[in-house]
Amino acid sequence: MLDLSETYIDQNRSVDKRRDRLAGRTIINLFFENSTRTRTSFEVAAKRLGADVINMDVATSSVRKGETLLDTAMTLNAMRPDAIVVRHHESGAVNLLSQKVNCAVINAGDGQHEHPTQALLDALTIRRRRGSLEGLLVAICGDIMHSRVARSNIHLLQIMGARVRVVGPPTLMPTDVDKMGVEVHYSMKTGLKDVDIVMMLRLQTERMQGSFVPSISEYFHFFGLDRVKLQYAKPDALIMHPGPMNRGVEIDSEVADDLDRSVIHEQVEMGVTVRMACLDALIGGNRNQIGNGE
Amino acid sequence: MSGKIDKAAPPHAGSTAYINARIVDPTGGSEYLGAILISDGKIADFGPNLFASGAPYGIQSVDCRGFYLAPGVVDTRVHTGEPGEEHKETLESAGVAAAVGGITSMVLLPDTEPPFDDASLIEFVARRARQVKLANMYAYGALTVGLEGKELAEIGLLTEAGAVAFTDADHAVGNAQVMRRALYYAKTFDALIVHLPQEPTLSGGTMTSGATATRLGLSGSPPLAEVMMVERDIRLAEMTGGRLHLTKISTAESVEAIAAAKARGLRITCDTAAPYFALNDLAVGDYRTFGKLVPPLRAEKDRLAVVEGLKNGTIDAIVSDHRPQDQDSKRVPFAQAEPGGIGLETLLPISLELVHGGHLTLPRLFQLLSSKPAALFGLPAGKLAKGAPADLVLFDADYAWKIDRDDLWSKTKNSPFDERPVQGRVLATIVGGRTIYRDDSFATTA
Repeated sequence: MLDLSETYIDQNRSVDKRRDRLAGRTIINLFFENSTRTRTSFEVAAKRLGADVINMDVATSSVRKGETLLDTAMTLNAMRPDAIVVRHHESGAVNLLSQKVNCAVINAGDGQHEHPTQALLDALTIRRRRGSLEGLLVAICGDIMHSRVARSNIHLLQIMGARVRVVGPPTLMPTDVDKMGVEVHYSMKTGLKDVDIVMMLRLQTERMQGSFVPSISEYFHFFGLDRVKLQYAKPDALIMHPGPMNRGVEIDSEVADDLDRSVIHEQVEMGVTVRMACLDALIGGNRNQIGNGE
Repeated sequence: MSGKIDKAAPPHAGSTAYINARIVDPTGGSEYLGAILISDGKIADFGPNLFASGAPYGIQSVDCRGFYLAPGVVDTRVHTGEPGEEHKETLESAGVAAAVGGITSMVLLPDTEPPFDDASLIEFVARRARQVKLANMYAYGALTVGLEGKELAEIGLLTEAGAVAFTDADHAVGNAQVMRRALYYAKTFDALIVHLPQEPTLSGGTMTSGATATRLGLSGSPPLAEVMMVERDIRLAEMTGGRLHLTKISTAESVEAIAAAKARGLRITCDTAAPYFALNDLAVGDYRTFGKLVPPLRAEKDRLAVVEGLKNGTIDAIVSDHRPQDQDSKRVPFAQAEPGGIGLETLLPISLELVHGGHLTLPRLFQLLSSKPAALFGLPAGKLAKGAPADLVLFDADYAWKIDRDDLWSKTKNSPFDERPVQGRVLATIVGGRTIYRDDSFATTA
């Protein structure tokens, strides 16, 4: 999948970005949770491959009128799309929906469960910078408990041969996370020691005010990535963030904008190519059968 | 008792030998006739054979006349009124009472106005302690914002500012989820959480439930309110791996539950306050508001269980739980009275009852009063060791007197031990080699 993604990088960087590999195919972006970057990324990816894209805005749809997830799925399925890209705020919702439709379903993030295309784009970004993920030490830092990005990355990075650490306050660590094969650290000093990649996660505002961490200032002081804490990592360690960033909460502008270290914008670029590859792999090619499943 | 406070004592310089003392060594578990040599505010040497043939010429020496010399008392539970209620107690008046009581280090509770939920207040205490120049003063940080039991306080920043432990003082954290997160979060900084185990929904009464409360017609708090919370906290500490210290254990069931948890290898510790091994609910008598405490004084069987817990090591420390209240707070009908009693000056003589009663040896008592609380809170105190700060108390363990609230040095007089005959008084209190208090009967050659 990463190899396939690489083939699209030049296309995306050229003036003429559009191909017709998915011409005639219909893709529905079904987002139950607000997301600008992921939805746009999927939309751009689909359009560059020539597909027709429909964005279902849940806020104005019949879901607001009380329609259940499965009824929505059945309704959309009857319109015969080739793929549905789904983001939902509940873990497992995408899985449930996929059981009821006979087109391809791509998980664009479900609750605190998984965000597979984010993990793929992160892996691609790292591979392009380092050649391989084999043997790299990656620290995923911050709100591990509520992060689907963390879970998907823990799976994928380990499959690709990297070692993964999770770093954050104990209140933001899911129970038994070490059973996923990761090392758990409660301090940035030990957690970042000798790592090749520092992956920061977004801390959501509602978690900051005393329930999981006492305050933004305390969180930034102990767990925000700044120059001082970055020194614990390898001198050439890369900084990643799935976005959107809270500057001054989990990351200092000084390091986020450091062009030598931060690959945050490259992650966004790779997001499009990875999503093109996903769509291509699932519904690309000369298939006469429409909706032949996932 | 009359004596002299000496705030102006200069920093200790040179060498001073305390000779002919009965030395109580809590960490060594021994007691012997010997001497302690102090150099530049630190213990330079000590032992039974030191200066056995008299102090060398040229060294200042103090003849202890066979009285007891022990590490100063470390009191980890002191309420004052500063900032916010200076009419009840200031850090200075508390420092004076502590000096008279032989207390050389104390940890101040965060339930002031404003509460210690901000790093600047921890720094305030450190600065005031330098001005007051009496006992060493440390501060708790608030466990939750405003001691409300809802949002975690800035435990990390407070730790960096110098807070030695975290507590909501006499407020129990009723919400198990908040307590669970607090224990998890504090682990990041290896911070100690001190919790008063009282289930809030059951502990609204004015005294302990039982025959006395029924006879007096006062609303009761069942002893059950304590053991329920003790058991909850034990489970949470086990699950989170956080460092938990339960304070003011007062019931037989609680002692039993903690003993069982310790037997299972959990690193839970606890203390009790002097009233809970020295008094029972009869001390409330005919509505004596000085006997209104948090938790309430319990039945005699509970008091005996607390004594047993001190003897067998289930209870790790003794605190004064000094809580000053003025006339306006205590000279009111029992139900309306504020809870709490002063205890800095009476902690040592009341605790010595455990020795006179044959329950504890002196070295064991000073483990409970000094070395163990110092170790738990990470304070540089509580032991006789070369290089340790020379924080010492010289006392006469047998001197008989009667506690009279009007003779106490504290700013308020609400002692639950008023009019109690006791044995033992402090002759001198030494902090960092400086003699900050000296009883009039103890004129030294120094």
